[in-house]
Amino acid sequence: MKSMTVSEKSEAQKSTKDLALDFGRAWEYAPSPEATDHVKIEKRYELFIGGKWVAPKSGKYFPTVSPSTEETLAEVAEANAEDVDLAVRAARRAYDGVWSRMRPEERGKYIFRIARAIQEKARELAIVETLDGGKPIKESRDVDIPLAAAHFFYHAGWADKLDYAFHGRKARPLGVAGQVIPWNFPLLMAAWKLAPALACGNTVVLKPAETTPLSALFLARIIEECELPEGVVNIVTGAGATGAAVVDHPGIDKIAFTGSTAVGKRIQAALAGSHKRLTLELGGKAANIVFADAPIDQAIEGIVNGIYFNQGHVCCAGSRLLVEESVHDVVVRKLADRIKTLRLGDPLDKNTDIGAINSKMQLDKIRELVASGEKEGAQLYQSTCPIPQKGYFFPPTFFTGASQSSRIAREEIFGPVLTVMTFRTPDEAIEKANNTMYGLSAGIWTDKGAKIFHMATRLKAGVIWGNTFNKFDPTSPFGGYKESGFGREGGRQGLSAYVELDG
Amino acid sequence: MYLRRVKSNGHDSLARANGDSVSRAYTPLFAPPPVDQVAVEERVASLAKRSLKKGAKVAGLKLSIRMMDLTTLEGKDTPGKVRALCNKAMHPLDSDPSLGPCAAICVYPNMVKVAKEALRGSGVFVASVATAFPSGLSPIEIKLDDVRRAVDFGADEIDMVIDRGAMLMGDYAKVFDEIARTKDACGKAHLKVILETGELGSYDMVRKASEIGIAAGGDFIKTSTGKVQPAATLGVTLVMLETIRDHYYATGRKIGMKPAGGVRTAKQALQYLVVVKETLGDAWLDPDLFRFGASALLNDVLMQLEKERTGNYQAAEDFSKD
Repeated sequence: MKSMTVSEKSEAQKSTKDLALDFGRAWEYAPSPEATDHVKIEKRYELFIGGKWVAPKSGKYFPTVSPSTEETLAEVAEANAEDVDLAVRAARRAYDGVWSRMRPEERGKYIFRIARAIQEKARELAIVETLDGGKPIKESRDVDIPLAAAHFFYHAGWADKLDYAFHGRKARPLGVAGQVIPWNFPLLMAAWKLAPALACGNTVVLKPAETTPLSALFLARIIEECELPEGVVNIVTGAGATGAAVVDHPGIDKIAFTGSTAVGKRIQAALAGSHKRLTLELGGKAANIVFADAPIDQAIEGIVNGIYFNQGHVCCAGSRLLVEESVHDVVVRKLADRIKTLRLGDPLDKNTDIGAINSKMQLDKIRELVASGEKEGAQLYQSTCPIPQKGYFFPPTFFTGASQSSRIAREEIFGPVLTVMTFRTPDEAIEKANNTMYGLSAGIWTDKGAKIFHMATRLKAGVIWGNTFNKFDPTSPFGGYKESGFGREGGRQGLSAYVELDG
Repeated sequence: MYLRRVKSNGHDSLARANGDSVSRAYTPLFAPPPVDQVAVEERVASLAKRSLKKGAKVAGLKLSIRMMDLTTLEGKDTPGKVRALCNKAMHPLDSDPSLGPCAAICVYPNMVKVAKEALRGSGVFVASVATAFPSGLSPIEIKLDDVRRAVDFGADEIDMVIDRGAMLMGDYAKVFDEIARTKDACGKAHLKVILETGELGSYDMVRKASEIGIAAGGDFIKTSTGKVQPAATLGVTLVMLETIRDHYYATGRKIGMKPAGGVRTAKQALQYLVVVKETLGDAWLDPDLFRFGASALLNDVLMQLEKERTGNYQAAEDFSKD
């Protein structure tokens, strides 16, 4: 056998290094859109205050647009300070008159009823969520809606067991809670906020995000059908000014906010010195740490799920990939092939993996940050999948060779964009993972169980996943360190945000 | 990471002709990446939810027919039964000549001649199980003799079984050796290496056996004999496809995959094709690189195709049971 020269050898190695899989058109999936004809979206939605649908005092309405088609789905009332005041008064009446006096097991029954109704209307809610927010139907169907129901079920069970939640201390409700929620998981975030508040005996004024108000309004209708006493849940739609009116209202006892760190800071400043309690669930720039001894093929799936789930519109997204240097090339090669198989397009298609970016504004922000990554010299990998003509879409993207100080490594992009960096030792992984102003979540991939625990104790993040990512459960507390916020949602810990403890 | 067959002086260096045990020297190389069971099953469960409608469904089902190794492996097999099956492989549905033919017929060695004769000129291959199928627990000389005779009878493809006992004992060199020697005995015939994943107990072991099967010279790796439950599953198939992918990345060589046993319905067949498409891509959507080992599958696929064509389900009796 002829021996190879050194140059021939490196040539052969180079050629296998360049081998990539071909995910072409050998067998194409036909369109498989979820039917929407049974879902009736009204032309116009009023405010849900005191158990009634009322026109806004503002007299104004704003359109809610489908980000995948850019078509207006409905127009929605814009609540001003006067409307918010009416909502808070209705909530106060309901709190004083009915909800705080009701036997806890009766409260539980109402919450169970909401949970069951969400399950019964799961398909309709999934479609609305996908139409209004742009997320793939497979995610709203398999994640958002089932989890929303699960949160109501879980907290319904707590309603009459609060005396056992805090080790002999008596828990009492706070009063009226003002809740401002984001657009990335509209119904699920409503469930995270409403379920514990109601279970603990509070009444609520909830403000959904202005780009995704519809599922909360569908939930209002469910609450109406479940015959909750009027005023226990009030839903006021609108943009930032409406949210500010909720936050600033003196009749509110507690504010819960999920959204950007910038707005969270403003809220905290506004509440300083007031009697209002506050919990904040803000941004993140989570490290997803892959060790060389990890199950690499499964880690690739975890990376994909960590950053491309819900187009990366996830506060706990694994947006910083820290890979042990010895497997960096393998991981990048596999990830580059894997993102070719992600199916981007019509969110209503059951085979769509990547739906629409939630709004034009968000799309511009993603583009701006990606451009800065390229400018700062990082290498861009991007799927060449076709992008629909209409709607706001951004292909799955990742960067390698980014420095720890670059914007794409530090700022929350909130889109399908991953920044890949390397580490050499576990200590370096910890140092880099914690080197951020955020601290919401982290992931650890290794075949060694002990290593997961060792790492987890040193990571400054509220949620840490071992050999998985983006798994949620109502029994598990969720929340952040540092500028990712404070307070926990879910689990026994989540209840404490909605109660006053005696003794 | 990848173990290759090393030939020196025309002899396989791993062969034990001189009685030397080489397992100690080679064992450290058999260290494939770990496999996470939960994540594997999550991944295949999500792929199994792909929605395949209309044209995609029809195209997938037609492709699956061309990928079938139509199989009969029973003690009661007769030349008549084998001829009938060959006929079915060549003309899966008389009313639609565009369907098929199947990729191969899979039979015991004694049936190879009959099948070869029946399939002459059709392009349908004859695959023969060999190596003391299904247990493989016979002396290597007998197993190799089994292979040579099957090839002499005209087999185009040999479906061998690995020694699962040796695999579970950690004697990977023995497993490797036997595959390498079987490959030599195959001559020009293609070799499919049956791992019998249902007896291996874990995905880690499936991964390890897949690496050995490929490194030792298998052209295909195959899940099961069909005689052990569980047979093929989407999970083991994914793990085997991932091994094939890593081998391709490392060497450029494309290894084939054959799930066998337990694939009974058209819906399942489509799920397997989805897993192949989204793991290895277009090149493997081809009978040269992907096969189904099945007997009951074909009629269900035909029934679904007829349903797509006519809009109605036909009775099971409308399809020949060969």
